[in-house]
Amino acid sequence: MPEPGRNTTPVRPALVELTLVRVREFIREPEALFWVFVFPLLLAVGLGIAFRNRPPESVRIGVVESAPAGMVAALDSAEGLSVVRMADDSAAAQALRTADVALVVSPTPGGVIYRFDPSRPDARNARLLADRAIQVGAGRSDPVRVEEARVSERGARYIDFFIPGLLGLNLMGSGVWSIAFAIVTARKQKLLKRLVATPMSRAQYLGSFLLSRLVFLVLEVGVLVAFGALAFDVPMRGSWVALAVVCLVAALAFSALGLLVSSRARTVEAVSGLANLVMLPMWIFSGVFFSAANFPKALQPFVQALPLTATVDALRGIMLRGTPLTALGGELALLALWLVLPFVTALWIFRWR
Amino acid sequence: MDGLDLEVLPGECFGLLGPNGAGKTTTIEICEGLTAPDSGNVEVLGRHWGSNAQHLRERLGIQLQETQLAEKLSVLETLRLFRSFYARGRDIEDVIALVQLEEKRQARVGALSGGQKQRLALGCALVGDPELVFLDEPTTGLDPQARRQVWELVEQLKSTGRTILLTTHYMEEAERLCDRVAIVDHGKVIALGTPRQLIAGLGAEQIVFFAIEDEAGGRFGDDVRQTITEAVGRPPRATDGGWELGVDAPHVAIPALLAALKTHDMPLSELRTHSPTLEDVFVSLTGRALRDA
Repeated sequence: MPEPGRNTTPVRPALVELTLVRVREFIREPEALFWVFVFPLLLAVGLGIAFRNRPPESVRIGVVESAPAGMVAALDSAEGLSVVRMADDSAAAQALRTADVALVVSPTPGGVIYRFDPSRPDARNARLLADRAIQVGAGRSDPVRVEEARVSERGARYIDFFIPGLLGLNLMGSGVWSIAFAIVTARKQKLLKRLVATPMSRAQYLGSFLLSRLVFLVLEVGVLVAFGALAFDVPMRGSWVALAVVCLVAALAFSALGLLVSSRARTVEAVSGLANLVMLPMWIFSGVFFSAANFPKALQPFVQALPLTATVDALRGIMLRGTPLTALGGELALLALWLVLPFVTALWIFRWR
Repeated sequence: MDGLDLEVLPGECFGLLGPNGAGKTTTIEICEGLTAPDSGNVEVLGRHWGSNAQHLRERLGIQLQETQLAEKLSVLETLRLFRSFYARGRDIEDVIALVQLEEKRQARVGALSGGQKQRLALGCALVGDPELVFLDEPTTGLDPQARRQVWELVEQLKSTGRTILLTTHYMEEAERLCDRVAIVDHGKVIALGTPRQLIAGLGAEQIVFFAIEDEAGGRFGDDVRQTITEAVGRPPRATDGGWELGVDAPHVAIPALLAALKTHDMPLSELRTHSPTLEDVFVSLTGRALRDA
């Protein structure tokens, strides 16, 4: 047996080895790569297509055939309306009921009647357009001369709103899932028990999960921001340093949340349930898909205390409005709190066996 | 566990032998500082767990029964990880050579055979160059060849003067590896000594096994056993598929047994003898066989 203590293989610090293990396990798991890198891009493409800015769509309206030819001609030539001819009032009523058309125009002796559902915005719009076309066609002249300047500003579109939200969502999802699965699997395989039978520092073990997240952060954020810029021309008006700082603090906070979620669970099923319980409210309330301001005032203290709300607000500020880091103190402080409290709690209640 | 009182001496290989559920794993995990005892006193390398945990962890090598190492890491990566936890320890290449995994150093843990995984687990227990090694059922579930490789490794460890505490439910493993053995059943030590002492304690040079054809249609009763006891000097003991007799002189006992059976017209279907083992010790102490206890 060779002499013990003759070290030919250099021994790296445990924190480095533990972090390397995390990185290796992650990149050797093709499913994880899909969920972290490919899935967000697919989501961005899908929503980008669904909410792309299109030429204003025309509204379908029905005209009963007994209407005067001049009225029908006026409607036909109106911008924003697509006119369908209807045999009689009952056919028109049927088309209206099935929402095939937004509005039905029927002549009355000496006038016209508009049938529509005023709770439908497109129906109200159709009523205004149809009425204007009929009145102008009949000889009305507008007393005020009108000019239009049409604007579609970069940064005001849905995709601009959505990409920072998706970035935050991805930081949360990959932070919580990658850590929760790795820890619960290690616990189930009794690997945790084996590790605590060595002199390994428990804080370093948990800390390695946070550190390993940083390795992938650059890629995760970079891919999504670059994709937004190239595919949808999403602006980046703030500083890259500010973006990096917010992503870093947010990634650490969500990793700590992942540690907390997996601190006791013994099975993957149990930890999946817990992780969903923690993340679902943030999917809904944190303003990823639509503005968090839509929620009632009474809910706002709760909404604003969520780490994803702070992340998404800060990212939108930096990317869309160029908010400097100095103006993001509140969001960063909240995220720091979400980093420290869950990490300390997790270390405290962690089940090592 | 109930009033288990044991002392393992420096440099010896001590075995806890007993059936599944006898309390072997609980005992070893209490010694490893992984399970807190309800009561009692545990001293490891002259120290108590509690304030000395970190110091003790540096000096112990541990292999647990159910650990599955990370499947996606290679052998080398796994050993380097475990080595990084210890302030002092062995060179990784030496450990790989010791556990004979040179050809598998780059292989993923998930691609190793059961025996190779177990040797890697032993390697992980040895990277810290421990003074005291705990092995919990190191060969359970391995095929005979893999088992022999693990035995050779343990023998090599013994030859370098390390103290080893191992648990097993294979008597031949305890006989081959252990300097001293404690037989444990229902959380109690029921015998303690060297394998040789324990076997000698049976007071039998040979174990004679015989079986009666269909128990002679129910005629093999108390009267027949009484005749055998008088002829041989010991009562036969029912065992798996037949009867056993511990005897000192087979050349005297076997003819006496045959004669006794003949007087009752008992047709023999099997007759064997073997040297007594720890299995026989366990059977004589508990009345049950180790493997089905």
